[in-house]
Amino acid sequence: MIEIDRLRKVFRSSLELPEDYDVDGLEYRGIEKWDSLAHMSLVAAIEDEFDVMIDTDDVIDMSSFGKAREILGKHGVEFA
Amino acid sequence: MSEEVFTLKQPEKDERLLEQLSALTRHHRERSPEYDRILLASGQAQDSYASVYDLPWLPVRMFKNHHLKSIPDDEIVKVLTSSGTTGDVSRIYLDRDAAAAQTRMLSRTLQTVLGPKRLPMLIVDSRGVVADRRSFSARGAGMLGLMNFGRDHVWVLDENGEPDVEVLKQFLAKHGDQPFLIFGFTFMVWLYLYEAARDAGLDLSNGILIHSGGWKKLIDRAVDNAEFRRRLAEDIGLTKIHNFYGMVEQIGTIYLEGPDGGGLYCPDFADVIIRDPETWEVAPIGTPGLIEVTSTLPTSYPGHVLLTEDLGVVHGVDDGAWPGKRFSVLGRLPRAEARGCSDTFTGGDR
Repeated sequence: MIEIDRLRKVFRSSLELPEDYDVDGLEYRGIEKWDSLAHMSLVAAIEDEFDVMIDTDDVIDMSSFGKAREILGKHGVEFA
Repeated sequence: MSEEVFTLKQPEKDERLLEQLSALTRHHRERSPEYDRILLASGQAQDSYASVYDLPWLPVRMFKNHHLKSIPDDEIVKVLTSSGTTGDVSRIYLDRDAAAAQTRMLSRTLQTVLGPKRLPMLIVDSRGVVADRRSFSARGAGMLGLMNFGRDHVWVLDENGEPDVEVLKQFLAKHGDQPFLIFGFTFMVWLYLYEAARDAGLDLSNGILIHSGGWKKLIDRAVDNAEFRRRLAEDIGLTKIHNFYGMVEQIGTIYLEGPDGGGLYCPDFADVIIRDPETWEVAPIGTPGLIEVTSTLPTSYPGHVLLTEDLGVVHGVDDGAWPGKRFSVLGRLPRAEARGCSDTFTGGDR
């Protein structure tokens, strides 16, 4: 599976969204399901899926799907 | 890497804060007619102020009776409410910038003692406080903010509010040999973590404890800050202990106990001034009085200079582990209504 699809899948399953939900434009607090509590499980799920450790600053900074992608990029995950 | 926030010595800090807080006073007067009216009515409206001690303060309870905000309604992204026991609650309005700034500066402040990595986290509370997503108590909201600093969160209390020693042991078996974070309200840390860990003979020496909420509930046990630190160190090996003081009316600003336990320190963007409750004069070092708090974070509501209902004392200036003033909170001013996040927890009154 290509990396971007893995990330989309993590977002959908953590935030309990339907299989075909378009997550690419999602923003933190943009939908009811992405609240501060869900944010914590989302971060944990991303860490598990990509085997990375995300720092505090990045947890706070991860305000959108795009940002999550950027943060994973810093950890060497390639979204080419 | 985050910038450090405990760097400024007092003379430099006073100079910077005077400039920034004066500008904020102008900013809020221009945007909040109600704030402007209060300053005019109380004779505190000036074009400039000679010292940080001259800046006009608002009593915190003003936020209960007045809708004080400096942003249009359509820019409000978050309304915070304080927990009150006598009905009226404070309302604090944040726009996007203010909400982002408070999260960022709280994070920088805590990273001073926690470092940039998220640590395994033990929460001295039960999962229930954050279970109902639609109505968090003030305690639950505070908890959620702190959870960002941890990973693999474990709740020490079960659903009946009793400490689960097995859960504690499992956590320590997994994470106890490396730094880990412990968060809880002061009296709950004492009653539920300290006593349970001591009785089970557990070693928490790699823990970093962040706690808040005041000592009122521990007075009958004769536990003050010094005793708390001494007993936790001797009995369960916990020596990295940081109490903090903060309030919803200055969200994002916390005054953090230094590594030496010598008092609470003010981050570079905030400060405290102790005032004689009779004369409002600035109290000398070592003399208790009412705590005034200043912070540059409140840009969306006029909460940059506030007179609290708490008593405190400054122990020294530029003489401790971190620069600036170091102080202690002594409790509430008598007759002020009992108010505080942890007061919403009644299970501790046993």
